[in-house]
Amino acid sequence: MREHTVLRVVVKLLIAPILIFALYVQFHGDYSPGGGFQAGVIFAAAIILYALIFGLAEARRAVPPGVLRVIGALGVLLYAGTGVYAMLSGGNFLDYDYLAHDAVHGQHYGLLLVEFGVGLTVSSVITSVFYVFAGRGRRREQS
Amino acid sequence: MITQFLSQMPVLLVVLPLLAAPVCVIVHRAAPAWFIYALISWACFAIAFLLFVQVRIGGPISYILGGWPPPFGIELRLDALNMLVVLLVTGIAAIASIYARASIAAEIPRERAYLFYAALLLCLCGLLGISITGDAFNLFVFLEISSLSSYSLIAMGAKRRALLSAFQYLIMGTIGGTFLLIGIGFLYMMTGSLNMADIADRLPAVSDTRTVEAGLAFIVIGLSLKFALFPLHIWLPNAYTYAPSAVSAFIAATATKVAVYALIRFLFTVFGAAYAFGQLPLGEVLMVLAVVAMLSGSVAAIFQTDVKRLLAWSSVAQMGYIVLGLSMASATGLTAALAHIVNHGIIKGALFMAAGALFWRMRAISINDVAGLGRRMPLTAAAFVVAGLALIGVPATGGFISKWLLLEAVMEDAHYGLAAAILVSSLLSVIYIGRVVEALYFRDPADNDGKTAEAPVSMVAATWVLVGASVALGLYASPLVETAERAAAGLLGSGA
Repeated sequence: MREHTVLRVVVKLLIAPILIFALYVQFHGDYSPGGGFQAGVIFAAAIILYALIFGLAEARRAVPPGVLRVIGALGVLLYAGTGVYAMLSGGNFLDYDYLAHDAVHGQHYGLLLVEFGVGLTVSSVITSVFYVFAGRGRRREQS
Repeated sequence: MITQFLSQMPVLLVVLPLLAAPVCVIVHRAAPAWFIYALISWACFAIAFLLFVQVRIGGPISYILGGWPPPFGIELRLDALNMLVVLLVTGIAAIASIYARASIAAEIPRERAYLFYAALLLCLCGLLGISITGDAFNLFVFLEISSLSSYSLIAMGAKRRALLSAFQYLIMGTIGGTFLLIGIGFLYMMTGSLNMADIADRLPAVSDTRTVEAGLAFIVIGLSLKFALFPLHIWLPNAYTYAPSAVSAFIAATATKVAVYALIRFLFTVFGAAYAFGQLPLGEVLMVLAVVAMLSGSVAAIFQTDVKRLLAWSSVAQMGYIVLGLSMASATGLTAALAHIVNHGIIKGALFMAAGALFWRMRAISINDVAGLGRRMPLTAAAFVVAGLALIGVPATGGFISKWLLLEAVMEDAHYGLAAAILVSSLLSVIYIGRVVEALYFRDPADNDGKTAEAPVSMVAATWVLVGASVALGLYASPLVETAERAAAGLLGSGA
C-alpha cells in the first residue's frame, strides 16, 4: 500500500478523529449510546487501519504486542478492582453506592471506571487478535 | 472488617481467581505465576471450607451483587448442593497447584507457562461461578469463561494433535453453550425472569407450552454436550488425551462434574422433578443414554492403547453412573449421583495425576511405554493401582460407597436390568484397569537397569493426597453421604 499516496494521506487525516471518537464514545457512554466495548472496538479499528496502510511492522512498533498484553490485563484489574474497592468500603462486590460520599456520585464513578476497564481490555484484545491473524504465515516464510 | 470479610466470602470465590489471572499475565514469569495460582487456589479452598460449615449450620446463603436485589440483579446462592461441588472444585484446584509446577515445567515452554496459570485461574473462576450463581444467564456466562479457558489449556498440550482436539472441543462446546443460551432465552421469554428461584416460581403457570418444553430440551442437550453424555461425548477422549497432564487431571475431575451439577440445578430447582420427570419422560431418556454410556464407554476403554485415552473413555462410562443416579429422580438416586460426582472427581483426578507422573518419566504414555514401571516408579504405580481399585468400586474406597448407593437406588425401584448393567460395567472396568496394572507390574521394562526413578516428590505427593482422600471417603463415608442426602432432600423438596 506504500505507493498509494491518496490512501496514506486520507488515513493519516482519519486516524486521529477515529481515536478521539473512540474516547468520546468511551467517556460519554453513560449519557448516550456507547460504552467500553464499542469504544474499545473503535479504538482498535484505528490501529488496525494504520496497520493495513502502513504495514504490520510499523503498527507493531507503534503499539507493541507486549504492551497490549499488559493493558488488557490492567483493564480486567481495573474492572475487578473497582468491585473490590466497593467491598473494602463496606458494600457488596460492584455496589457502586459505596464508591463515593453519596450514592449518585458513587454510581457515576463506578460506571466510568468499569467501562474504562472494559474499553482498555477490548481494544487491546482486538488489536492482539488482529496481530496474530495478520502475522500468520509470515514467520514461516522468513524461516 | 472481619464481619465484612465473612459476609463477602461467597463472591470472593469468584473474585480472587478473576483478579489473580491478570496479575499472572502482568508478572509474566513462570515461578511467580505458579505461586499466585497456588496461593489463590488454597485461599479459595479455605473460603469454600468456611462457607461449607456456615451453610451446614445456618442454611442457604444469598449474596446480592452490585446492590440490585433479586430477581432483578444477580444473586449468588449457596446451599448444601453447590457447596459440595465448590469444595470438590477448590480442593482439586489446590492439590493440582502442588502437582502442576513440576508437571508444567516439563510439558510447557517456560516463556508460556504464565499464560497457562492465568488460563487455569480463569477456568477455576468460571467453574466456581457456575456452581454458586443463582442466575440462569450468569451461569451461561461463567460456563463460557470456564469453557474458553479450558479450550486454550487443552491447546497448550505438547503434541500438535492438542490443537486439533482443542478445536474439536471448541466446536462441540460452543454448540453446547449456544443450546444452553437458547434454552435460557426460551425460559426468559415465558417467565420474564433470569433468577432461577424466580423462574421456578413463575414456570408452573406456563409449563404446558411448547416453548418451555423446547427450552428444557435445549438446556438438557446443551449441558449434556458439556459433560459428554453418550452420544455427545466424541470431543472428550481427544481433549483429555492431548491436554497437558495437569490439565487432564484438573478438567477431568471438575469441568464435567460442574456441568452435571448445572443440569441437576436446572432440572430439580428450576423445572422441578415433577415436571421434568413426571410430566415429561426425561428420566427414561436419560436412563437409556446413561446405560449405553456405561457399557460403551467401558468397552471402548478396554481397546485403548494410550493410558490417558483409556482413562478418558472410562470417564464417559462414569458420567453414565452419575446420570443414571439422577435419572431416577429419587432421593437415593440423587444421593448416589452427588456422592459419585465427588468420588469420581477425586478418583479420576488421582488416576490422571498418576498417568501424568508416568508420562513425566517416559515422555510417552501408551501401555507399552509404561511396561515394567511398577518396579522403577513404585509409589506412582501403587497410587495408580489404589485409585484404579477405587474406580472399579472395591470396598474401603470411595467408589464402592457411591456404587453401593446407586445399586440401592436401582433396587429400590426394582430395575434389575439396570443393576446388571452396573455390575457388567464394573467388571469391564476391572479389565481395562487390569490391562494397565498388568503392564506396570508383570511386564519387563524396555530398558532394564533395575534402578528406581520416581517422578518429583510434589507430583507423587499430590497424587497420593487424592488417593488418600478417596480411601478416607471409603472408610468414613458418613459426612459425604449425609451431605449428599441433605442436598438431595433439598432438591426434591423444592421441586415437588
